[in-house]
Amino acid sequence: MNDVDRSSQQRENLEVVTIRFAGDSGDGMQLTGTQFSDNTAIVGNDLSTFPDYPSEIRAPLGTLAGVSSFQIQFSSLDIHTPGDKLDVLVAMNPAAMKVHLKDLKDHGILLINTAGFSKKNLKLAGWKENPLEDKSLNNYRLIKVDMAQLVTDATGNLGLSPKIIKRSINMFALGFLYWLYDRNIDSTIKFLKSKFAKKLDVIESNTRALKAGYNYGETLEIIKTSYRIPKAKFKKGTYRNIMGNQAITFGLLAASEKAGLELFYGGYPITPASDILHYLASYKNFGVKTFQAEDEIAGVVSSIGAAYAGSFAVTATSGPGMALKTEALTLAVSAEIPMVIVNVQRGGPSTGLPTKTEQSDLYQAMFGRNGETPIAVVSASTPTHCFEAAYEASRIALEHMIPVILLTDGFLGNGSEPWLIPKYDELPAINHHQTTDAENFLPLSHDEKTLARPWGIPGTPGMEHRIGGLEKTEGSGNVNYEAENHQYMTELRQKKVDIIADNIPNAVPLGEESGDLLVLGWGSTYGAIRTAVKKCISNGQKVSHVHLMHLNPFPKNLKTLLKGFKNILIPEVNSGQLNTIIRAKFLVNSEGFNIIQGRPLTVHEIFDKIQEVVKG
Amino acid sequence: MDKNNIAIPLTKKDFVSDQEVRWCPGCGDYAILSQVQKVFPQLGIPKENFLVVSGIGCSSRFPYYMDTYGFHSVHGRAPALASGAKLSNPELSVWMVTGDGDAMAIGGNHFIHILRRNLDINILMFNNRIYGLTKGQYSPTTELGKRTKSSPHGTVDYPFNPPQLALGAAGTFIARGIDREQKHLQELMKAAHAHKGTSFVEIYQNCVIFNDGVFSSLTDKMEKQNNVLVLEQGKPMVFGKDRNKGLCLVGSKLKVVTIGDKYNLSDVLVHDETNKIKGLLLSELTYEDGFPTPIGILYREDKSSYEEMMMEQIDNAKLQKGKGKLDKLFHEGHTWEVK
Ligand code: SF4
Repeated sequence: MNDVDRSSQQRENLEVVTIRFAGDSGDGMQLTGTQFSDNTAIVGNDLSTFPDYPSEIRAPLGTLAGVSSFQIQFSSLDIHTPGDKLDVLVAMNPAAMKVHLKDLKDHGILLINTAGFSKKNLKLAGWKENPLEDKSLNNYRLIKVDMAQLVTDATGNLGLSPKIIKRSINMFALGFLYWLYDRNIDSTIKFLKSKFAKKLDVIESNTRALKAGYNYGETLEIIKTSYRIPKAKFKKGTYRNIMGNQAITFGLLAASEKAGLELFYGGYPITPASDILHYLASYKNFGVKTFQAEDEIAGVVSSIGAAYAGSFAVTATSGPGMALKTEALTLAVSAEIPMVIVNVQRGGPSTGLPTKTEQSDLYQAMFGRNGETPIAVVSASTPTHCFEAAYEASRIALEHMIPVILLTDGFLGNGSEPWLIPKYDELPAINHHQTTDAENFLPLSHDEKTLARPWGIPGTPGMEHRIGGLEKTEGSGNVNYEAENHQYMTELRQKKVDIIADNIPNAVPLGEESGDLLVLGWGSTYGAIRTAVKKCISNGQKVSHVHLMHLNPFPKNLKTLLKGFKNILIPEVNSGQLNTIIRAKFLVNSEGFNIIQGRPLTVHEIFDKIQEVVKG
Repeated sequence: MDKNNIAIPLTKKDFVSDQEVRWCPGCGDYAILSQVQKVFPQLGIPKENFLVVSGIGCSSRFPYYMDTYGFHSVHGRAPALASGAKLSNPELSVWMVTGDGDAMAIGGNHFIHILRRNLDINILMFNNRIYGLTKGQYSPTTELGKRTKSSPHGTVDYPFNPPQLALGAAGTFIARGIDREQKHLQELMKAAHAHKGTSFVEIYQNCVIFNDGVFSSLTDKMEKQNNVLVLEQGKPMVFGKDRNKGLCLVGSKLKVVTIGDKYNLSDVLVHDETNKIKGLLLSELTYEDGFPTPIGILYREDKSSYEEMMMEQIDNAKLQKGKGKLDKLFHEGHTWEVK
């Protein structure tokens, strides 16, 4: 910010801050949050975000169900989660305040847009009295401001339509937070100019609102200080901010390039996986072929067809979409088709909680098919780890000629954090099994080391062969219904998954390899577990953390690790699926910690649970 | 591999696999298989570029008997699998073999969408108006009222009219043949291959076990000339043992007339396979009493195939943006350096 003199301003340095923007789903909270995140990345803080929004495109105005929010934690330290308790809550209406107030720290800043606090809105949120007018908010640093009025004043002489002005109010809140955290507003002005290109009135209205919010900070009596969060100490390299779903597409694309295969994506739109299709559809100059199928089934089956014909094939889905893909997955296992199936998990069952996060499809990934149909399963643990996990799932699929399920979830898919951009040349090699050696070609023979079958693709002379879902003879691939052959093939399909364990790294614990408690996790609980366990370790407790990327098969050293601890705690956003599998497979007395509320676990929940377990 | 084998012309034998054919003796499928094996070597395509895809059902056993690349998929999903393979490698000559249950019931959704997209894939739908593999239940093309294992009192299900369904789904090549009309069937297959877009060929096929004789009026030597109308491009729609019957348009409806007294040949409709209205009227005759059953190409239309347009987009993107470089893509948007 150049045109405001803030020399008189006091500044205080902080290590870590969590803020949340909350309003109606039409209030532009997601955009506000994304802008603040991008700006935070520019400042060089570590950050982690959590967008949370209703599944309806336009949920009823002013209601609790219609509240949309965006949370970001940013820090000069290495952080792993979007944060638990809030330092700042921005509430654009009573419903937003009602839903989120419980998360605001004592003496936290509560920025209220009084224009949203009409009688009607108060009633919709279930408030009989206006809480802004009694003493119930005394515990917070309350800033009441009629944002609508101030934005109208700021744009007064322009003769803009009230609609445009109303849509700019979120920029006021953003401007205020930029002031509060001593930011430069230029990144957002640049964004507005490129987003609204020719709509000069919209650009002007938003820019003025942004500046009005910023300047408002200067005039405040209640807050004399603005805060600065020094740069985080990152590893050397080039960074960008990235969302999990985008990282998935980068990982898939990198794997296809590394393997020297064309990427084919067949899929059907579904929340929260659709962004994967959107991104891939924009990579046409990489030769990526995207096929928006007529349904989830055709999405996965077209990918099987493409894989059979020689592409590196992928499909992605969520919730009930995964159920629809089940039949085809059994075909992919039976025909030994290399492909990746991404499941961006959401709250279930049925359509469940379309925009909320959950880890409840692990059983399905492991067991949810007819027949004995083992499938390799890989999971991602943070938005940036989605890149690595997608790359790894692709590598396994191609090196073992096998379908691989990649589990992420809504929290990872939509969450973002800084990503140390890898160099393409430094990514590990990926081998595949395409061959033109017709002389020695047996369609269903198996490589000793990987149990991969040769990938003889149509168009290659001399390797014409038939394959399908009926039981087969090893070698020729011919249909075979013999009793003993079926047992042999069933065991072979299991071995194909088991043997992957030779080709994946061991699990590396944070902390010692033995002790009082091992916290075992998978997927998006990573950040919360890691932060909680670090705290325990620095308190001198004998607690360790293992986070599994490979869920089927498990890393080879998992058994030894499990046996090294007196207690095992498995926190999950489901009712104990990994816990059941671990208990069955390793006969250990592990304990679950399960919160199934469509939201990520928090650090303090896990920390408190660890204390409870350790103290016995 | 003999590198020169491309020069040796392919024959029917090249397309016969080593698998024992397992259809019931007398099944109409045998004749169709034989025609396909005769036609493939005549198409001028290297053997390795054929891909035969099927779903589930008696007909869907087909790929096992063809010595080509083949995929026997799952119930109804063949169009999706064929689409993926074709998009992966547009050079392939993709043939999809399906049945009335596979294509019209469990795979109905995929069927209409492949037609709408117009991928260059040839669909051979064996229509025997019954479920064979599951042993005799009625199918979506079984005539209303028919008694079958699952309809002991007769069906109360109105049947699909396959050519009409295909027309409604914006199909660009819609034809019908009969298992017993072997030469005719070969011509249809060649025309289906020549058509750039999804070709739908409905083939009436006799299931000797569960629906024997359902098309006997169309195949019986004595009767068939009176009941089958063989469509020929640019020729009047004439049929009958004495070739004295024809189809005329009266108002907006077709009518069977006798050529001689009241009507003469010039009154008879001339077949134009590019005329959609005529295609619709002809497809109407599928279950109609008192009318002949048309076979041949009912409708044909030229338009770009899905894969053509897809490849064009990819080529354009490469031209405009240059071939994608990952390192560049990763760095798009705001980045920052940590030293
Ligand atoms: S059941 Fe009918 S359709 Fe199936 S093979 Fe036998 S005769 Fe052919």
